[in-house]
Amino acid sequence: MRYLPLTPADRAQMLGVIGAPDVDALFEDVPAAARKADLFDLPLHAGELEVERELGALAAMNRPAGAGPFFCGAGAYRHHVPATVDHIIQRSEFLTSYTPYQPEIAQGTLQVLFEFQTQVARLTGLEVANASMYDGSTACAEAVMMAQRVTRREKAILSGGLHPHYAATTQTIAHAEGMEIVRQGVGIDAEAAVIDLIDDETACVVVQTPNVFGVATDVSKIAEAAHAKGALLIVVTTEAVSYGLLKSPGAMGADIAVAEGQSIGNGLNFGGPYVGLFAVREKLVRSMPGRLCGETVDAEGRRGYVLTLSTREQHIRREKATSNICTNSGLCALAFSIHLSLLGGTGLKQLAALNHARARALKAAVEAAGLEVLTPRFFNEIAVRTPGPAAALVDDLLADGIVAGVPFSRLDPAAGMDDVLLLAATETTTPEDIAALKAALERRLAR
Amino acid sequence: MTMMNVGRPTRPEGDVTASATSLTGGRGLLQDEALIFELGGWDKTGVDLPAPEADASDLGGLVRDDLALPGLSEPEAVRHYVRLSQKNHAIDLALYPLGSCTMKHNPRLNEKAARLAGFADLHPMQPEATVQGALALMDRLAHWLKTLTGMPAVALSPKAGAHGELCGLLCIKAAHEAAGQGHRRTVLVPTSAHGTNPATAAFVGYSVTEIAQTPDGRVDLTDLEAKLGPDVAAIMVTNPNTCGLFERDILEISRLTHQAGAYFYADGANFNAVVGKVRPGDLGVDAMHINLHKTFSTPHGGGGPGAGPVVLSQALAPFAPAPWVVSGPDGLRLQEHDTGFGRMSAFHGQMGMFVRAYAYMLSHGADGLRQVAEDAVLNANYIKARLSGVMSAAFPDGPCMHEALFDDAWLEGTGVTTLDFAKAMIDEGFHPMTMYFPLVVHGAMLIEPTETESKAELDRFCEALLALAAAAKAGDVERFKGAPFLAPMRRLDETLAARKPKLVWRNDTEGVAPAP
Repeated sequence: MRYLPLTPADRAQMLGVIGAPDVDALFEDVPAAARKADLFDLPLHAGELEVERELGALAAMNRPAGAGPFFCGAGAYRHHVPATVDHIIQRSEFLTSYTPYQPEIAQGTLQVLFEFQTQVARLTGLEVANASMYDGSTACAEAVMMAQRVTRREKAILSGGLHPHYAATTQTIAHAEGMEIVRQGVGIDAEAAVIDLIDDETACVVVQTPNVFGVATDVSKIAEAAHAKGALLIVVTTEAVSYGLLKSPGAMGADIAVAEGQSIGNGLNFGGPYVGLFAVREKLVRSMPGRLCGETVDAEGRRGYVLTLSTREQHIRREKATSNICTNSGLCALAFSIHLSLLGGTGLKQLAALNHARARALKAAVEAAGLEVLTPRFFNEIAVRTPGPAAALVDDLLADGIVAGVPFSRLDPAAGMDDVLLLAATETTTPEDIAALKAALERRLAR
Repeated sequence: MTMMNVGRPTRPEGDVTASATSLTGGRGLLQDEALIFELGGWDKTGVDLPAPEADASDLGGLVRDDLALPGLSEPEAVRHYVRLSQKNHAIDLALYPLGSCTMKHNPRLNEKAARLAGFADLHPMQPEATVQGALALMDRLAHWLKTLTGMPAVALSPKAGAHGELCGLLCIKAAHEAAGQGHRRTVLVPTSAHGTNPATAAFVGYSVTEIAQTPDGRVDLTDLEAKLGPDVAAIMVTNPNTCGLFERDILEISRLTHQAGAYFYADGANFNAVVGKVRPGDLGVDAMHINLHKTFSTPHGGGGPGAGPVVLSQALAPFAPAPWVVSGPDGLRLQEHDTGFGRMSAFHGQMGMFVRAYAYMLSHGADGLRQVAEDAVLNANYIKARLSGVMSAAFPDGPCMHEALFDDAWLEGTGVTTLDFAKAMIDEGFHPMTMYFPLVVHGAMLIEPTETESKAELDRFCEALLALAAAAKAGDVERFKGAPFLAPMRRLDETLAARKPKLVWRNDTEGVAPAP
């Protein structure tokens, strides 16, 4: 077995040093009733070629996003990732190291985290960011619970444009901790009305921009209304490339910004692993969940980095910790940071502008094909009304080799919006893809 | 013909034993590396993009004007990150004995498989008809996890061990509420537990009560029985426990727990010790998370991403979170709604980790996984046997499982602490073991070699530790107090970092190129 270096002779020799007659003797503390004498009913070991064949066959049963015109967004976006990113993250020293508990031999990881935190703080327009969360949805749930700790209030208000799966995750996790979750009715462009729900018991208001329907909103007024009642504003973003074009959450008054960082440096991966971004105003830093990396000096006075403020964390505080989170999403954060270092502010702005331009072309095409576009102000994603159920249209267009987007009913079947389809365009969407979609829509809708 | 002996000298000349420091502050090939904010150009980019076909004039006041991020050209970026990488220790360099972390070899086949476009380039919300292979992989992974644990159900979506704990406790809470037992507010946790256990219990609103430990490092049954009352929702037990010992009374623990109407949550962090040999389901477990990044060898990546699927008993299965894979007339599909439980995250879990873990399972098979557990336990016992004459094993009697635990009694009088000893290991080329954990053992040193170490590497490791132990006992305190001397950095001031937190780079403090 290729991953096991011990030979039978090694094993015999080692048992001799231990003074045990056989390996089973080392398992003597396991109750006899629980010891399995026989192999489990699973296949036996296989060579690399055989494993590759089996996995290759499974992969071949799927239709990759890049195989043709593809318009899915709704919280995960297909972007081009430079080859450098995947090469660097496969370096042994990054790939096969643990959480940097021994800073003297983990400066590579730690400096990357410090750079990542700074990049995220600048993207979100806030002062401090942590070393990442699992993904955007869990970051959202953690932000809501953080607001509870900061304000000592129990009520969270979720806007109607928040991704339904983010709302469900937050509901599941924050509710268990005793929070009351109030969800505004689902609305395409209803963010302003969330102000009416804020009261003196409100810990936080959660608003997504661009929201799940692609609508970009200036949330400054919501920030003012929240702050007037002593509540925090949490701004959620599921498309991190939008930071390159749109006003930052911090500039609009957010106290906490959370985001899905997948769009930068990370592939679609069928939903994970992704990387959650989490940034806050400086005064809130000690209530933050997750790992933080900070600058310090070593015994010779040289600049270095360590994990810090760990008295917030579970391995020190146990049941008094700010969160139970242990690992973050280190390698995905590295991928994010490399890609963003390559882009720089200049490249990110250009990438964002390109995404917006492609989405404008997409909007013009679907309108020309006769569909109503429901999103008034968008970054790279729009919602359209379909003549029948959106899911049926998506299935129809599959026959043309086109993946036309995400039916809103897939995310929230109870919303009564079966005729709403979400479509995204990125720099990977070509004019030919858009033309193919337009032609296919015209054929279908003409029937 | 006579050799002209005036060329390049081929052997060292002069005083070759003198040491020197560099003039520029680096250490040979290990140079101090500036931050991207000091290296990069504010107008530079390492990505070539076409010009956008339209402007953003339609967005009016929504457009930002304040983005200051440095950019690097590709060669600068590659060099920056490769230089940084060289300051990291990694499992690919040497035995990495972090107890409880299971730092085993990460097969490269798994990386290759996870990068197949048919997995890596799939959108989580694309039509199910276009992802039948991905759903089949999730289904097969679930089958392996259920078979290996003897449990009837598994929730794949939790994204890490602690997230799995959260999932398991939420299932338990929901099950109690459904049975009119919502008044149960206490979770029992042994004193030796991972910090995530009490943190998770508190996170979901439970109060935490600690269970005492016996002198031989196991759960104290008498104390457990005394604390198991009508208010107890669950017990969280790691088995093998964090002392590296199998809970001999595990069947009695689960019997007492169930008798009291509570559920048995097992922390599966140490599943590597028993995989293929013992099924948690046979021990009465109701829920257990499985760290795919430990037992099933998905890379730790410098702190994630992990994956923490949770296997569930029949009693808890109805309370599993969405989504899961179901078989229907049109093939496989995802049950994503109407589960009554909610969801742990936006999508279906850590697919990239599922592919790697499944590739690892297929490679090992039923026979190989059994050998994994046996070799992991053999390696730990070998280390324990080789070091026990010099270092003091915390629980000397009987075998350990996959990790060997030492205390600091043997360092008494040397002036060397566990921390000093661990830092000195760095100078010998090894990552330190887990230190000061579990909390129940004074100055704990928890060593987990894993099964992927050769006997030669184990011997090299033991000889390094024995040499250090001899130095400590011989009074060579300086070797330890200042250690590490030969690492990329000397010991770092963690107190300074916490007292004056500097968590982001700022222009004003560094005095370099200002942002535009």
